[in-house]
Amino acid sequence: MAESTTTAGEAGHWGKEVRSDAHVAVEPRDRGGLEIELESRVAIYYGDAIRTQVAQVLDALAVKHARVSIHDEGALPFVLAARVEAAAKRAALTRASAVATLEKAALAQPSAKNRLRRSRLYLPGSEPKYFINAALHLPDAIILDLEDSVHPAEKDAARILVRNALRAVDFGTCERMVRINQLPLGLEDLNEIIPEAPDLVLVPKTENPGQVAKVDATIAELKTRHGITRPIWLMPILESALGIESALAIATASPNVAALTIGLEDYTADLGVAKTPEGHESLYARSRLVNAAKASGVQAIDSVFGDVADMQGLRHWGENARAMGFEGMGCIHPGQIPAVHEAFAPSQGEIDKALRIVAAFEEAQQKGLGVVSLGSKMIDPPVVERARKLVERARKMGKA
Amino acid sequence: MNDRIELARNAAGRMTPVVVNGKPQTPYLGVGKYQPTGSKAAPPIRSNRDYPRNGDKRVADLETALRHCGLRGGMVISSHHHLRDGDRVALLALEAAAKVGVKDLLWFPSASFPSQKGAIELMDKGVIHHIEGSMNGPLGDYCTQGKMRGMGVLRSHGGRWQAIQDGDVHIDIAVIAAPTADAFGNADGSHGKSACGSLGFALADSTYADRVIVVTDNLVPFPCIPWQIQGNNVDCVVEADSIGDPAKIVSGTTQITRSPDRLRIAEFVARFLRQSGIMRNGFSFQAGAGGIALAFVDYLRRMMKEDGVKARFVRGGSTRYLVELLQDGLTDYILDGQTFDLDGVKSIASDPRHIASSPFTSYNYHGKGNFASMVDAVVLGATEVDVNFNANVVTHSDGRLLHGIGGWQNCLDAGCTILALPSFRDRIPVIVDEVTTLTGPGELIDVVATERGIAVNPRRQDLLDAVKGSDLPIRPIQDIKAEVERICGGKPARPKRSTRPVAVVKWVDGTVLDTVWQVA
Repeated sequence: MAESTTTAGEAGHWGKEVRSDAHVAVEPRDRGGLEIELESRVAIYYGDAIRTQVAQVLDALAVKHARVSIHDEGALPFVLAARVEAAAKRAALTRASAVATLEKAALAQPSAKNRLRRSRLYLPGSEPKYFINAALHLPDAIILDLEDSVHPAEKDAARILVRNALRAVDFGTCERMVRINQLPLGLEDLNEIIPEAPDLVLVPKTENPGQVAKVDATIAELKTRHGITRPIWLMPILESALGIESALAIATASPNVAALTIGLEDYTADLGVAKTPEGHESLYARSRLVNAAKASGVQAIDSVFGDVADMQGLRHWGENARAMGFEGMGCIHPGQIPAVHEAFAPSQGEIDKALRIVAAFEEAQQKGLGVVSLGSKMIDPPVVERARKLVERARKMGKA
Repeated sequence: MNDRIELARNAAGRMTPVVVNGKPQTPYLGVGKYQPTGSKAAPPIRSNRDYPRNGDKRVADLETALRHCGLRGGMVISSHHHLRDGDRVALLALEAAAKVGVKDLLWFPSASFPSQKGAIELMDKGVIHHIEGSMNGPLGDYCTQGKMRGMGVLRSHGGRWQAIQDGDVHIDIAVIAAPTADAFGNADGSHGKSACGSLGFALADSTYADRVIVVTDNLVPFPCIPWQIQGNNVDCVVEADSIGDPAKIVSGTTQITRSPDRLRIAEFVARFLRQSGIMRNGFSFQAGAGGIALAFVDYLRRMMKEDGVKARFVRGGSTRYLVELLQDGLTDYILDGQTFDLDGVKSIASDPRHIASSPFTSYNYHGKGNFASMVDAVVLGATEVDVNFNANVVTHSDGRLLHGIGGWQNCLDAGCTILALPSFRDRIPVIVDEVTTLTGPGELIDVVATERGIAVNPRRQDLLDAVKGSDLPIRPIQDIKAEVERICGGKPARPKRSTRPVAVVKWVDGTVLDTVWQVA
């Protein structure tokens, strides 16, 4: 047996309860080539495919000599590649990326700055089993999270996994969002994920426009370097009293800011108050955020509703948020998506009224009338504008 | 076992043994093609002069009862699974038989469960020759590893009744676990500390076996009311401290799946019934106790309420969710084949609209019709389905025995048969080129509902027309298959298997549908 020159690197998870993941240990060797040891619950169906793929990934990583032990729990190829790469990196065997060994999934149209963002489904960046079917539940966006849902010791592995998912997983028509870590760690996240062209990056714990500018500049540089032409929008998350007070400056820090959102757990902690289902304690912050967003021409997006079992509470929260001027919110479970979409949709009565107003306006325009009226009521220009926006939004939702 | 077993290709293109456990077999001929002839089997004539006039048939214990019933080597002993994984009686009976000193018994359970793995030791010792009945877990592995001396024979619930009626299996001694019984042998499952609901699986045995033993842990003075098993068919009654572990007999509550993907499948199925017009006043459906099936019932209940639709009857496996339908006035009756949770047991004991049915009324091929073909829709699971809608429910895709057939094959006779399945499990695609073990012919399987879309069998143009223009994601089955193979990184390799048969799968009519091969 060859002597190992450094310590082994390990990544991933295995065990009876683990699904769609694999644990990979890479032990460096001085010579002797690659020795791959595989234990897999799908060995008889994909054993050969797994060995072939692992050899390809190691080749791309320029790892020539190592003993690789794999406990596979049905990991899909993009997961397996990520675990092998993370383990090899932890063994200090490589700094290369094996992302190019994965086939690219079809990408939806580039995302428009003002696209519909009613719901974004959070997917913990170290839990690959949730990735693959997330888009089936039709959120407006999926958000691969590298921040709070990932243990500090797993940041490096999650970054690789999320990068692979951005390339290989078909997220359908969903906008592909990534929540990076707080700076400066977040900049390392960008290095890994930007080449795979996410549609939007959430910047957590933003407190000043400089942070947005830094992220924006880093993305711009990486886009140029990797030839990415699709837009990559920014959604700063305001999670502190200072962040809220800087809302306007943050929203206008870059033309790539498409929306502002709020993180209520951290915000209420910063205030030293309890977070309640009614949300009175964050009323000011949320109102301030909405106002700053509208003043800057970007979307205002609400936080998440944490109690998955309380659908009534979720609906109430969502309707209230819409009434305040928010255009969407986060979802922590696919079961929340329909209720959120319902909450952020205008009612049929509102749509009908808005359609009548727009029709009356167009008729007045044709007749060259300066004053628009509907029945016995005169309609002011801002009412027409609001009706137009509502109709446009309803059309995006397929409701008008 | 002889390794050179003669095989023949049946109408489904499967190679099946010509002789099984010394008995010549009819290979599967096609759905509805096999025409049985002759007369039904019958037990020997008994006379009431040989039984106590005071009706007290109690004997000291199971060993005495078996001796009294003339237990000899090579006999067929039957047992039943209404106590499910909590059953103690079957093993107690087989162990008592071992004490009597007999060998080479054929154990004929209506289903076996992992807690009965003690049967392996009895097979090793030669007490049991082989098992004809569903096997999974350790017993399934024992069989598929080729360690059993005889060949396993897997039958549906209806097929078991058929086999008893046409003499394919002659039961020498039936041992029936009874949650309540009297000394005459009248027995019922709805009351007692081990209450389990219906005893329907034991009914055939009680009428066709040479000898019948009732074992109870709740002896009541005559009469045991109600009685599902008639004491007039019973030879001996044995009192036991406990016939089973109540925690494993019924679950406290059956659980709806929490997986968003599986909920999505359940919702698709409910919407399919609604939008195809199958869900209408007076309709009927059957759903089991699996997580997806329960969630389906919950979705359908809401849709029935919204549309003001009431079912004439629903068929179980009864659970809390079916009981709620009954209590909410959304169905007139529950026709219950087996009772899965405490709500079901309570309901069957107290609500006259909740009826205990049996494989005879529901599933039997030799009946003058049965209920299965009168059910409008049934929702079932499967381990694999192929592009021609043939399905496998008995083995893993690696060939190891996984599930019994249960009522699954019989249910395929419903007006609309729906398989509700995730499109892959642990990277293993569920839609395949060819199923490992054919359990249900594709011509009887109408819809495959997965989280990635719903495939309708092209043979059912009427169903395709009925959902045309709906917002349901109707897709060709090949499309879903191709998408899943992309996700999983290509087609799975075909597991290698031996050429040695270890069990056969019977079709509902008693013909041989497919073979289970030894796994290394």
